[in-house]
Amino acid sequence: MGDLITQDSEQEALTEAGETTQYLTFLAGAERFAIGILDVKELIEVSTMTQVPMTPDFIRGVINLRGSVVPVVDLSSRLGRGTSELTKRSCIVLVEISLEDESQTIGMLVDEVNQILEISQTHIQPPPNFGTDIRTDFIKAMGRVDDEFIILLNINHVLSIEELSALGELRSSVPASSAEDTQPEE
Amino acid sequence: MNEAKQTFAQESEELLQEMEDALLSMEEAPDDEENLNSVFRAMHTIKGAAGIFGFDYIVAFTHPVETEMDRVRGGERTVDSDLIAVLLNCKDHTAALVDQVLSSDDPTLPDDLQQQGDELLAQLTGGANQSPAGDVIETTTELTPEGATEALPTEALPNDNWLISLKFKQDALRNGLDPLSFIRYLGTLGTIVDVITLLQDLQEMSAMDAESCYLEFRIVFNSDADKTAIENVFEFAQDDCDIRILPPHSKQQHYLELLNELPETELQKLGDILIQVGALTRTELEAGLKEQIERAAPGTDDTGEHKPIGEILVEQQAVEKQVVEGALKKQEKSRSRAAQESRTIRVDSGKLGQLINLVGELVISGAAMKVMVERHGLTDVEEVASTVEHLIELIRDNALQLRMVQIGDTFSRFRRVVRDVSKDLSKEIELRITGGESELDKTVVEKINDPLTHLVRNSLDHGIERPEVRKELGKPTKGTVSLNAYHDSGHIVIEIKDDGAGLDPEKIRAKAEAIGMVKPNQVLSRQEIFRLAFEPGLSTKTEASKLSGRGVGMDVVKRNIESLRGTVELDSELGVGTTVTIHLPLTLAIIDGFLVGAQGETYIVPLSMVEECVEMESQEWSVDDERQYVNLRGEVMPYIHLSDFFGTPGNPDEKRRESLVVVRFGRTKAGLLVDELHGEQQTVIKPMGKVFQNLKGISGATVLGSGDIALILDIQGLINLANRQHSAIVRH
Repeated sequence: MGDLITQDSEQEALTEAGETTQYLTFLAGAERFAIGILDVKELIEVSTMTQVPMTPDFIRGVINLRGSVVPVVDLSSRLGRGTSELTKRSCIVLVEISLEDESQTIGMLVDEVNQILEISQTHIQPPPNFGTDIRTDFIKAMGRVDDEFIILLNINHVLSIEELSALGELRSSVPASSAEDTQPEE
Repeated sequence: MNEAKQTFAQESEELLQEMEDALLSMEEAPDDEENLNSVFRAMHTIKGAAGIFGFDYIVAFTHPVETEMDRVRGGERTVDSDLIAVLLNCKDHTAALVDQVLSSDDPTLPDDLQQQGDELLAQLTGGANQSPAGDVIETTTELTPEGATEALPTEALPNDNWLISLKFKQDALRNGLDPLSFIRYLGTLGTIVDVITLLQDLQEMSAMDAESCYLEFRIVFNSDADKTAIENVFEFAQDDCDIRILPPHSKQQHYLELLNELPETELQKLGDILIQVGALTRTELEAGLKEQIERAAPGTDDTGEHKPIGEILVEQQAVEKQVVEGALKKQEKSRSRAAQESRTIRVDSGKLGQLINLVGELVISGAAMKVMVERHGLTDVEEVASTVEHLIELIRDNALQLRMVQIGDTFSRFRRVVRDVSKDLSKEIELRITGGESELDKTVVEKINDPLTHLVRNSLDHGIERPEVRKELGKPTKGTVSLNAYHDSGHIVIEIKDDGAGLDPEKIRAKAEAIGMVKPNQVLSRQEIFRLAFEPGLSTKTEASKLSGRGVGMDVVKRNIESLRGTVELDSELGVGTTVTIHLPLTLAIIDGFLVGAQGETYIVPLSMVEECVEMESQEWSVDDERQYVNLRGEVMPYIHLSDFFGTPGNPDEKRRESLVVVRFGRTKAGLLVDELHGEQQTVIKPMGKVFQNLKGISGATVLGSGDIALILDIQGLINLANRQHSAIVRH
């Protein structure tokens, strides 16, 4: 991805450090999103994914990342936009999420990775209270690029391990929860 | 500093554990010197280390304990149960002090700990034949010089002077030696305080041969020179003169100190040790050795019973007994240290983990290679590949072996628990340990400790009856709790058994019905009822005691064991006793897996759980869809249709060629209906991570030879899940 950053912008980033931040932009469910470049660990192609049964739809499965098992979250589905189709341009953005003192790598399935943008601090606005169909806590801020606004995602909320795993529990015990009345040991 | 503290704490912990073990053994064998030594060593070493780090309050506490132990070793005090009890408390207190060091940098001790320590010391030293602690310390420190004078009662030496004894042979003068010149030369090294001249072997003046030398000198000599330097003065006279050089008292003390300071790194010969501290010169040693050989030579030539060199040296007055003893002690220490060090290497467990991870990768790569070789039909490579595969297997086994520890240490910890608890409850209980040499993964051992403690306490508290009750029942008054471990097909089995009251299945059932866990008309087998004992909220004990009985615990025990992919079962007979059996996998890292396919995905069933596989065509089994039972050769068992259960997308109309995999955990059997059977494979268990922490039915994942990930099924979790779903469906 390094070649996406032009020499100029690197210089700019150095000279105006603290004023502009680099963001990786990508498409998910036909909409453009961005996350801070420092959150991105790696970009990888979509390879074989193993589905994990009894998990929510937005958990697409697990992949083998050089010997480690890494869960992949379908971003579009997580944002409530329906499952994304796998295409040639599909890509997995690996990010690191920390929970307590442990950190976990999670893959984020996106439809297409676009480019790295520099957005100046002055062009960043707080998230709107309404007007988007995305949970507001998923939005960190809105970044203005030219005349377009891009949603800057708060990945710690979007990929909150607590939520991902809690939802997993919900799903796998849905049938059992109705049994709770009759079987108090559950 | 923190790291040093950690090391200190860790070593102290080990030593204290040794001490406790020794103390507990002492109860049975109070005269075993090794136990005494262990206790002494623990206190001594901790004191030493604490001194280095400046943890003064630990020194202040351990020193008197050590002193007391020294008295016990010296036979001044006998070992009785009171002493052991106090020492056990001392051990606990020391552990508390070590904790204090870890938790706070404050050089002074909190009042309560200080007071507790003082009380313990008072108990320890204030016993039957006691003088106050302070005096005891002084006696031991002064003991050395007193001992030295005792060792040489005839040679009353004035302090700080060497005593040199020169006994010239009769031929000395003929050989051109002038005794006086030596003495004069000696004067250049220090001050000659006194010279006593003795005439030896000369009975009558008339018998005197003018050319013979009859002179013998005792020289009291004051000098800072070392023994070798003094001996060198008489170098030329060696052949014609018996030379004895006795070091002054201060030297003696000095030698002992030097001996103490010697590093215990390598095993040295006694003579070398003595030479190193300067108590002995090489010439003296050689003379001693020669003497040793000469004495051994006549008569017995093959028994090899040499007189120890130490004794010879003492006889020859080359060194004092005191010093030799010190050196021997030192040698013994080095020997045990050397033996210990050569037996074990301390390795950071992180490094081991890394190694095992790498071996895991190697196993996966090996599988991948095998796949490739087969795919390309490389027959000439096959042989090499299979050799490599075999080697990888060996490496895997060896690497896993590195993490294996004996369960015995975990078991023997319970001796203390049993002892304390039986005193608390005034019961008589004996703990019997067998199979302590069975090995299992360190991680498993660490995690099994809590559940085990709970189960043992249960046995002690609820199981074993009071002595009077036992007597009435015609049982021996002393109850027995036994811990046993053995290996069984890739698992370790741990049994906790007591000959106590046992459990009443009716009571458990009643309780379960009372809290609505079981319907009154539900048919339950005996085994199923006992299984209820592990459910939350079930304690048949009406009153909660200090130890257990609140109904929390057994479910935690079960959960902990299941998190290790183990199982726990309980069997009991009212009035006879209870046995809890725990099955645990030997390791958490690599298992033998059985690969099955369902809807295009591969799943792994731990091979140890697979009972048998039956093909679709077989007439031996039939499925009862409605009641979710499968009938295999007349045996009825619940089953799970894997594809349907996981709801993986697929064409339901397509006629699948199914197979039945019969799995077993503990005593329960169940069937898994799968699409394909792929056979066995070594499986490196990879954690699934926090995202899947609440996922039931899947215990982990692994990487297949193809690089794809396969999920490892948690059979027990899966069956529980299926049961619940099923009962939910039926009831709605």
